[in-house]
Formats: sequence, structure tokens, C-alpha cells
Amino acid sequence: MKRHLISAADLSRGDALLILDTAEELASLADRPIKKLPTLRGRTVVNLFYEDSTRTRISFEAAAKRLSADVINFSAKGSSVAKGESLKDTALTLEAMGADAVVIRHGASGAAHRLASWVRGSVLNAGDGTHEHPTQALLDAFTIRRRLKGTGARGAGLDGLRVTIVGDVLHSRVARSNVLLLSTLGAEVTLAAPPTLLPLAVGSWPCAVSYDLDSELPKSDVVMMLRVQQERMTAAYFPSVREYSRRYGLDAARMARLPGPAIVMHPGPMNRGVEIAAEVADSVRSTIVEQVANGVTTRMAVLYLLLGGMEFPATGVAQ
Amino acid sequence: MCAASIPVAGRDGLAVLDAEEIRRALTRIAHEILERTHGGDRVILLGIPTRGVPLARRLAGRIAEFEGHTIPCGSLDVTMHRDDLRLHPARALGRTDLPPGGVDGKTVILVDDVLYSGRTVRAALDALNDLGRPRAVQLAVLVDRGHRELPIRADYVGKNLPTSQREVVHVLLTEVDGEDSVMISGEGRQP
Repeated sequence: MKRHLISAADLSRGDALLILDTAEELASLADRPIKKLPTLRGRTVVNLFYEDSTRTRISFEAAAKRLSADVINFSAKGSSVAKGESLKDTALTLEAMGADAVVIRHGASGAAHRLASWVRGSVLNAGDGTHEHPTQALLDAFTIRRRLKGTGARGAGLDGLRVTIVGDVLHSRVARSNVLLLSTLGAEVTLAAPPTLLPLAVGSWPCAVSYDLDSELPKSDVVMMLRVQQERMTAAYFPSVREYSRRYGLDAARMARLPGPAIVMHPGPMNRGVEIAAEVADSVRSTIVEQVANGVTTRMAVLYLLLGGMEFPATGVAQ
Repeated sequence: MCAASIPVAGRDGLAVLDAEEIRRALTRIAHEILERTHGGDRVILLGIPTRGVPLARRLAGRIAEFEGHTIPCGSLDVTMHRDDLRLHPARALGRTDLPPGGVDGKTVILVDDVLYSGRTVRAALDALNDLGRPRAVQLAVLVDRGHRELPIRADYVGKNLPTSQREVVHVLLTEVDGEDSVMISGEGRQP
């Protein structure tokens, strides 16, 4: 493992499997009377959130608290950021307060990477602009493995599974991290989206591309729907929401074309009726609620592996 | 000894227990457990990974042979409760697998291969504390090599093995290592 978790590309197959296997052990904690471990006692985790978030922030907070770390929540609203403080100055303040790890969500791609050069602790990227969201990819991989390979699948990758990621890939940090991580774990990833919602460099990604969702569905083991990110859209990427929904939305009729045990995922928050129909989101194929529960477990595994052992050397990237 | 077949460092040391002796030690411990717990009433065996787990299973197997009833058997990983976590890079977790019914009100017998500083057992007691409230906790080990750093002792011991702290004790078990033996290596002990 490296010292920071900035990109899913930082994880080797071995690292990713170690995280998933650790998460599998930690999952049993949810069934115990005392859902807490003393492992990170005395360590401080700062949640530095420049963008709104419900599940990611709460998930990281719950994960850190279950490992007995002290958690400091920081959101840009109501802080000195509103007075014009720069990211660097905020980072140095947190550094002076002795943060062992900083979990950062920021609207600018690359913010987490930049932060990593300013602080001594570990930096965990919780979403930077349209770049990456590696812990989401890890919890998705964990959810896929649990659902399709069983809870006893320690050490197993996702080899041979076909994953179709559908929708607004262009603005999605979740899609990028998932393409990188799932292909590292051996899955065959296909992106299904209108050409206007695919990044220019998609040809260099380790995945296939299709403009036709209907032809991909019958051969998919996993369908991952992405949210249409209206707030990041500065131009007209499709004629109308209704037309988008017709061609790329997952409704009950489309879901019926999925093979046997195939699952439907969504990173949340959902736009019901746009990219996913309510009856699909609430169906037995849907893993949306499990993804939230698995998020806490997976983030505990990441925090434990980054902070639980010996401290990393002060500079550079450790083994 | 067959020095080439098992991938464990230092197994060119001196064998102190062979497969037969390990078998006899476990048989004796199984009898002692039955005696001390009135026939294994409300007893569960929890092995500490890695090698405590197969030892606990073997003890449960022996007890089933002698008494005709099975004793629940599981595993207890202590990694997250260790006091030396920060001295090493984060390590992979072992399995914690409790038998149905949990530990509340039971006599829990912790099973490990080697008792040395006692720190693993302390971690196990802490881990157990988060899982419930056993009626009593006892400790069974295959080898007690001394040099305790905490006020901890074993209730059932396969073999007391006086060692120097410079020496290394390796327990090899068929389930993990492909053969049964206990080896000791280090200064002054080379065969």
C-alpha cells in the first residue's frame, strides 16, 4: 500500500484484494453487540469537505469512529474558507493540529494530489472534481464480489465478470475510479453512454465503449447507473432529460433483459425517473442500500491499512 | 528432518516434539479439559489464528471421540487489539468465527500454539470482551516457552520448553505447514 489513496490507479491487484479481504473480516463487526475496535485510538482523522456530501462524509466519519479514531469534521461552509482562505493555508492549519489522515472532497480535480504534498499524514481522496473517487470504487468492487461470488470469496478478484457503466461518464469521478479498479481486479468493463457524455481520452481507458445500452444489457453481470450531474453541466449534452431517460435510463422493461443473477448498482444520490426508475431502484437486483453499508466497512479497511500500522516515513511514498 | 519440504524459516533447527508427541500432548489436554470442565459442559474452544485454529479443531475432535458429543469450536482474530500494531506495517486480518450462540455465559478456552510474552493472550482477552461476557476464560497452548511480560499463565500446556530469548520456536501443523512438529532454532541449539 502507498501512503495516500488518491487514485484507484495507485492500487495494485494485491493492494485492492488486501483491502477487500480486510473489509470482509470487518463486515462481521456489524452483527456484534459492540461495533467498535480500539485500533486507531489516539489518531486523528479530519474530514475536509469543500463540496456537499451526505453519504461519503457520514460513511468516513462512522468508519473512523468505529476504529476509535478522533474525527474532526470540516465543511467549507461556515469556515474561514468563506473568508477567502486558500486550500494550502487550511491544510497547514490542520497539519498544525496534528491530523494523521485528511479525507478530502473538493470541486477541483487534482486537489487531493496537491494536498498530499502539503501535509504529513495520509490523504484519502473522497472525490476531487471530475477526476476520481477511489473509495467508492472499492466499495462497489466489494459489493460486486459479495453479491456475485459470496461472502467467503477471500482472495478472489472479479475475473470474468462483465460490468457495464451507464450514463454521465464525462462528469463522473465514480466511473473513472471504477474503470481503473474493476479492470485491475480482472472485470471486463464497458461504458454505455451518449458520445457527448464520454471524455475525449476514453480510448486510452482500459475498457470498451458502446453507444447502445440495449445491446449491452443481456451480456452484463453488473449494471452501474451514474447520476446525471446537472450541476456540472455547462452546455447542452443531450436534447432533453426525457430523451436521455428513454435511451439510457434503466426501467423495468430494460431490467428484464438482464441475465440471471445480474445486479443493478448506483453510487447515489439517485435521480429517480431520470437514470433509474423507482421500481428498479427498489427491486431485488438493486444493491443501492448494501452499497451504503459496505461503504462504512470498506472505508474502515482503508483507514486501518493506512493508519493502523507503523507510521510511514515523513517524505516520499513508502512501501 | 525433511528440511526441504516446508517453507518456514529456521526449520533446520532441533525438533523438540514430533507428530506422535504432539498427538499425545493434545490427547492429554483434551482429557484435562473434560476433567476440569465436568465433561465439557457449556465449553467453547476458540483458536487464535493462524495455528491456534487447527489446534482447537483437533482438540474438539478428540473430545468428540472420547465423550461422543461435540464442543463448539471457532476462531478469534486478535490483530486489531494488539499492542504492537504501530511497530509493523498494517497486517492482514485473520478470521473471527464465533460458533452459534456466542460466548455469553460459556467457558471459553482460548487455544494457541506458543505462549511467550503473553501479549497475544492479553489482546485475545480484550477482543473477547467486545464479543460478550463469558462465564470463565481458560488458556490452552501446545508449547509454553517462558519469558512472560504480563501476568498471564496457561491452564493447559502441551509441553513446557525452557528457551533463551534468542531462540525461535516454530510449531508446524499439517493443516498449515504440511507436517506436524515443533522445532527450536537459534544460538547454541543448532543440531
